[in-house]
Amino acid sequence: MTQGTASGRHRELGLTDFELDLIIEKLGREPNEVELAVFSLMWSEHCGYKHSRPLLKTLPSEGGRLVLGPGENAGAVAVGDGLACAFKVESHNHPSAVEPFQGAATGVGGILRDVFAVGARPIAILDSLRFGEPARSARSRYLLDRAVAGIGHYGNSIGVATVGGELYFESSYEQNCLVNAMCLGLIETDRLIRSAAAGVGNVVVLFGARTGRDGIGGASVLASAELGEGDAAKRPSVQIGDPFEEKRLLECSLELLDRGLLVALQDLGAAGLTSSSAEMAAKGEVGIDIDVRRVPLREADMEPFEIMISESQERMLCVVEPERLDEVLALCARWEVNATAVGEVTDSRRLRVFDGETAVGDMPVPALVDECPVYELSPLPPATPLYPAPPRSLADEADAGATLRALLRSANLASRRWAFEQYDCVVGSRTVRRPGQADAAVLLLDPEADGDDAPRPAIATSIDGNGRRVACDPYRGAVEAVLECAANLACVGAEPLGMTNCLNFGNPEKPHIAWQLTRAVAGLGDACRALGVPVVGGNVSLYNEGGGGPIFPTPVVGMVGELPDARRAGRLGFDAPGDAVALISTGSWAPSRTGSELAKLRGEPPEGELPAADLGELRAVHAAVRQAVRSGALRSAHDVAEGGLAVALAECCLAGGIGASVDLDGLGAEALFGEGPGAFVVSGPPSALRAFGAAARVLGEVGGEALVIAGELEVPLAALAEAHAGGLADLLG
Amino acid sequence: MKLGVVRFPGSCDDVDALHAARRVGDAVLLWHADHDLQGVDAVIVPGGFSYGDYLRVGAIARFSPVMTEVERFARSGGLVLGICNGFQVLCEAGLLPGALLPNVSLRFVCRQVEVAVANDTTPWTRATTAGERLSIPAKHTSGRYWAPDPVLDELEAGGQVALRYAPGHNFNGSARDIAGVTNAAGNVLGLMPHPEHAVDALTGSADGLRLLESAAA
Repeated sequence: MTQGTASGRHRELGLTDFELDLIIEKLGREPNEVELAVFSLMWSEHCGYKHSRPLLKTLPSEGGRLVLGPGENAGAVAVGDGLACAFKVESHNHPSAVEPFQGAATGVGGILRDVFAVGARPIAILDSLRFGEPARSARSRYLLDRAVAGIGHYGNSIGVATVGGELYFESSYEQNCLVNAMCLGLIETDRLIRSAAAGVGNVVVLFGARTGRDGIGGASVLASAELGEGDAAKRPSVQIGDPFEEKRLLECSLELLDRGLLVALQDLGAAGLTSSSAEMAAKGEVGIDIDVRRVPLREADMEPFEIMISESQERMLCVVEPERLDEVLALCARWEVNATAVGEVTDSRRLRVFDGETAVGDMPVPALVDECPVYELSPLPPATPLYPAPPRSLADEADAGATLRALLRSANLASRRWAFEQYDCVVGSRTVRRPGQADAAVLLLDPEADGDDAPRPAIATSIDGNGRRVACDPYRGAVEAVLECAANLACVGAEPLGMTNCLNFGNPEKPHIAWQLTRAVAGLGDACRALGVPVVGGNVSLYNEGGGGPIFPTPVVGMVGELPDARRAGRLGFDAPGDAVALISTGSWAPSRTGSELAKLRGEPPEGELPAADLGELRAVHAAVRQAVRSGALRSAHDVAEGGLAVALAECCLAGGIGASVDLDGLGAEALFGEGPGAFVVSGPPSALRAFGAAARVLGEVGGEALVIAGELEVPLAALAEAHAGGLADLLG
Repeated sequence: MKLGVVRFPGSCDDVDALHAARRVGDAVLLWHADHDLQGVDAVIVPGGFSYGDYLRVGAIARFSPVMTEVERFARSGGLVLGICNGFQVLCEAGLLPGALLPNVSLRFVCRQVEVAVANDTTPWTRATTAGERLSIPAKHTSGRYWAPDPVLDELEAGGQVALRYAPGHNFNGSARDIAGVTNAAGNVLGLMPHPEHAVDALTGSADGLRLLESAAA
């Protein structure tokens, strides 16, 4: 074990001189090649969270319905009927920028494994995507086209419904696209399984795909440094996905758990066998011995360190009692899943790697996992603006009708049908609200239970984030992301139970990025505390900056909520002629043009303070909307978001295929297109709306073949539809 | 009535088909590697990506042990329903005429479509009325029904076209808007839309049940 460390090798692997000294101190000697590779991955940003861990600890991660918190493969909340919903969002940004189809596909594959690793059957996927401007960038159109195809390929083929998502275009994402995937799964709460290895003498079994050289350092290396020149050469680092392999792995894993054959289960994600074994050992406060010679390989001549760090997809690691091993192997064989005993749980608290009889690595587990160095951020607000003004595409003089059409046609607001029709949203037969029908997806807990006239309990989910607004004002922008997600749930009648987040930022070693990150995490925490929503876990993607500077700081928020009866789940579209259209808003609702879609079309830079949000008041208005939807009194509910009230009204008309006439008199000059949290457009019979008293301000009524806003605009439905339907589809064909 | 739903590795809609079948009778899963139909009265070959569909859709599944039994069952008059990938498998197995080609858009498309009943006398459509429209989701990459013109003429003349896409709903480009066809005897039906996902109005439509009720009637 004295191969020694060629000078500078550690730097090639992303370790600093300081970190190498620390490793030598912890080992009491120089690391060999295997150990250096293992440490470099475990101490990468992706696995070790070394720049974000202290911040993440400030997020509220207890209380409410939380049953599994951060630190496990996925977190979970109780959703009633003895069931828990496990969910998590994760990024696959850097791999997707290098090879979008496989990058996005394996992003879905990875998040699915996180969910079934806790024993839950995945029931839904959402995706959150960001690219450069599609009208100007052929590369962005290519990345979008291939990323959407990759998500569809994986999700459709494995039979998990893709029920929601979001899609934004900003030039700051030109070099660094964002591909975040979220997955939800259901499980009986008392059957949740943890990843802590236990039982000295128990067998460690690797099952699933064979291990190859594909994806060596894929997620962990790509995600821990800035992209730049020579990205094409990184293509071999991108993992290749096989949904058919994962489908068998999924069914096999769930059946193993169902039969009670496993002590612990963990998926192999970034850093492969290295991180999965180290984390299982760390959580169980035990040691693990792994013999790499027993690992089934795709190529015969792989080195021990390559086997340890390979990120080949569709693999899981489990701990099994010796007397159950034969049963486990037989069940895997039935599903045609490779399974091999590769190691053993020990009491050494060391991760020991063997190549047959020869020890090739021996490291203390705490050093790998819990003692990863943590770096203090040095946040400092930027002295000069970070982001250039976008090119102007709309004149200040454009009238309100032309402005509305321009907004509906803009890539950020145009219909997402082109994308979501490429995803199977119905498999599982539990989807009550599909994309385009409501502000959040609604999924039945039990699709079979419709025999009598009983309520149909369901969950709702949404994923949201607006990088431009966070770029303007990191704290309030992040608060808004949480509010937006909760508002979307309120519109279907759901109460948020838990939140997951993905923090997509630039290089945190730079003070202005550290400032964005620090302020945004403070905003997320404050908003979650105010709404009483615990954070169940998430993911961090830093170093998202190429030659063109950093991305917009982009915290993406995913939530799961519950609604007692899906038969009353809210809809987005206006429905019946003669229904009253009303605005339900907080008293402090103060829409402004700062950071808005209109500001972007007018070529204004993403700068300035966002409107303040009174979180107590917002929580109350969300509750009011939720109760109104649940009561069945409303026929539609939609939150006012990007593009302001005019766009929200247009979206209600488009979704329902019917016009409306309203008067916004007295709402202020910015009400039409200004943005800010705290407002909803609802419709329903006038008598039902009167019950809300002053909380609902009646603006007008549903009906006709146009959207008419008195004194401002009158646009025929057909013209709204033409702008909205064509905005994205025309660019992509 | 006892229905059997085939489960291949890579089947995605097998459990939904099982649940749908249980709304009209008893139902069991049939494992791909077994030469055993468990005495069922009807077989559903469900949607998904059997064996990963890596060679050509449905091409590998048709060689599975269970399909040997399904072929024997079908040729002796047993009721067989192939949905999406199942339709593709039945075409590959020669139990149904024609083939399913990639959609004209070359993309996966998921959309609620309307199909009109073209023949209400088959065992799988007899609870419906000719001309009746059913709202059922369709979702596939390779759903463009194709057969040579003389074969299509024959299918139409013989009443083998059971379901057609309603005007404006044929997104995949199927020949003569064909959404579902039967064999000459009528006991085997294949269709691209997914009746098993249309069994509860709350999730969009319950029209898919009509096909299963036809078989159970």
